[in-house]
Amino acid sequence: MAENISFFFQLLLTGLVVGSIYALVALGFVLIYKSTSILNFAQGELLMFGAYVCLALTVELNIPFIWSFLLTLAFSFALGVLLERTILRPMIGESIISVIMITIALSTVMRSLIQIAWGTETKVFPPIFSEEPIHFLGLFIAQIHLYSLSFALLCVAMFGLFFKFSSAGLAMRVTAFDQQIAHTMGINIKRIFALAWAISAIVSSIGGIILGNINGINNLLAHMGLKVFPCVILGGLDSIIGAIVGGFLIGILENLAGGYLDPILGGGVKDVAPYVFLIVMLMIKPYGLFGKVLIERL
Amino acid sequence: MPCGLFHNRYRTDERIFQTIWVRSWLTVFGIFVLLMPFFVSDYIIYVTNTIFIFIVGAIGLNILTGFTGQISIGHGAFAAVGAYTSAILTTKLGISFWIALPIAGFFTALIGMIFGIPSLRVKGLYLVIATLAAQFIIEYTIIHWESLTNGITGIFVPSPELFGFVFNTDKKFYYLLLAFAVSAVASGRNIFRTRVGRAFIAIRDRDIAAELVGISLFKYKLLAFAISSFYAGIAGCLWGYYTNVITPEHFTIVLSIDYLAMIIVGGLGSIIGTIFGVIFITILPELLTTIGLILKGTFGQITTLLSAIKGLIFGMSIILFLVFEPEGLAEIWRRVRAYWKLWPFSY
Repeated sequence: MAENISFFFQLLLTGLVVGSIYALVALGFVLIYKSTSILNFAQGELLMFGAYVCLALTVELNIPFIWSFLLTLAFSFALGVLLERTILRPMIGESIISVIMITIALSTVMRSLIQIAWGTETKVFPPIFSEEPIHFLGLFIAQIHLYSLSFALLCVAMFGLFFKFSSAGLAMRVTAFDQQIAHTMGINIKRIFALAWAISAIVSSIGGIILGNINGINNLLAHMGLKVFPCVILGGLDSIIGAIVGGFLIGILENLAGGYLDPILGGGVKDVAPYVFLIVMLMIKPYGLFGKVLIERL
Repeated sequence: MPCGLFHNRYRTDERIFQTIWVRSWLTVFGIFVLLMPFFVSDYIIYVTNTIFIFIVGAIGLNILTGFTGQISIGHGAFAAVGAYTSAILTTKLGISFWIALPIAGFFTALIGMIFGIPSLRVKGLYLVIATLAAQFIIEYTIIHWESLTNGITGIFVPSPELFGFVFNTDKKFYYLLLAFAVSAVASGRNIFRTRVGRAFIAIRDRDIAAELVGISLFKYKLLAFAISSFYAGIAGCLWGYYTNVITPEHFTIVLSIDYLAMIIVGGLGSIIGTIFGVIFITILPELLTTIGLILKGTFGQITTLLSAIKGLIFGMSIILFLVFEPEGLAEIWRRVRAYWKLWPFSY
């Protein structure tokens, strides 16, 4: 019995760690969706970009981890602005399917470029955190998991404060609420769009670096970008709080489903459970926990 | 002589091929296609055969996405359902290709309708995500239901035969697949001259307005999913019999994206555009492979990069199309034709 409970809590804990990364990536995703109405299929590639750049700076150029981390964020910022400027801005006003397809194409291009630059084999970060696990109430916690969880929480809190109190954050919230109002209030909407992409790229690359430290980096990292969909549907496509809550819930859910259903269904449940959950969610509560219900008029 | 196309009767207006020129060029093209296997290499026949199969699938997706406005990123998985259904029917129950094919089509239509249910409550972006989930769920089921599907090892599919004639070479398959492609194009074009097709277009243009004029959204959206999945199932089934072996690898999200790319590059809501798109997206990687083989002699080691470069060019061509020619190849075709129609007095 005690074993069962500790198994449950172990799964819960892993779920929280994975969920914190989902929450970060979902935050970036929702940010883009909320301010520019673009469903970004290249979110996973932004994440992969961050992870690879940070790795390259740390390993190939021998920069201390903390500095390469900060440099990566700067690169991600630049990448976000660049992508918005060159590829997404001409698409303003195009149909949904064109915009979706362009982000899919963008993801293909970015993945190919990364493959050309760094190859396909798995690379690992040099150990930065001690590998000694911590014992806590009979559970084993890898230190890195603890760090990543607290770091992700810190990021989420920081972005929360950014949106609540900074003027740029306020401008972004106004733009998301109503572009016309934002425009009349003297907010430069194009700048906000670029900022949304930049911040989204930064948040994703933080997620990528954390994930790279836990699992190593390879091409499969981009799949994280697709895992974000169940999270945002659960939380509501246009809610930042929803993205964070959804990220944690999906992380926990997939680990519980994996832990308990894998022996019955034979492996890999973790990867599909979020999507089953997504379909069910769309059928019963399509706009998620916190999403705005779409009301349409003729 | 009238300097334009003037219709005196409804019958001439409703014709698909309206002028004598279109009809005669089409006949020439038809004869060319029929005779092609006699004077080209087996490799070209192989590429043409895959084009025929993709035409069947892509027309299905264009009916759903281009004409009904329901975006789907699960088309590759629906093709997988068709391929696996027919393969299992043939290998486990010994049912012949000719019976397994329609069963596979109808079964895929059923699965498509199940995953189409969310389209009744959500649309646009939400539907995209629902079909994405369909892709992953179907893929998972195929990989993990090993007793039925052999998992990642795949199923060996025997070649189809008709009255003792076995379709086992590229050339023999050519005419079979040509027949399927032609009937897919003809049926796809003709759906939109019927009540059902008009309802689809009305739903695409404004679904609430369509409902107001008496189109049942429930019925027609599910019907669109069913028809589109039927095509996908047939395409998947043909692919299985053509390559003789099916594995889950062929039917990943990459295939779904390829299908979407085909109809977008070709032109949404255009049957002829679909054909152009399929040809473009199928030939592009083959061309790059050929160039890679030629360059291999001079640069060496380029094959390792080739898959990445293929992805890069594939993505870039879609981006360029969307930015510069959002209406796709169908629009370019229309412009070229309009130019020649008025030539040499194009003002």
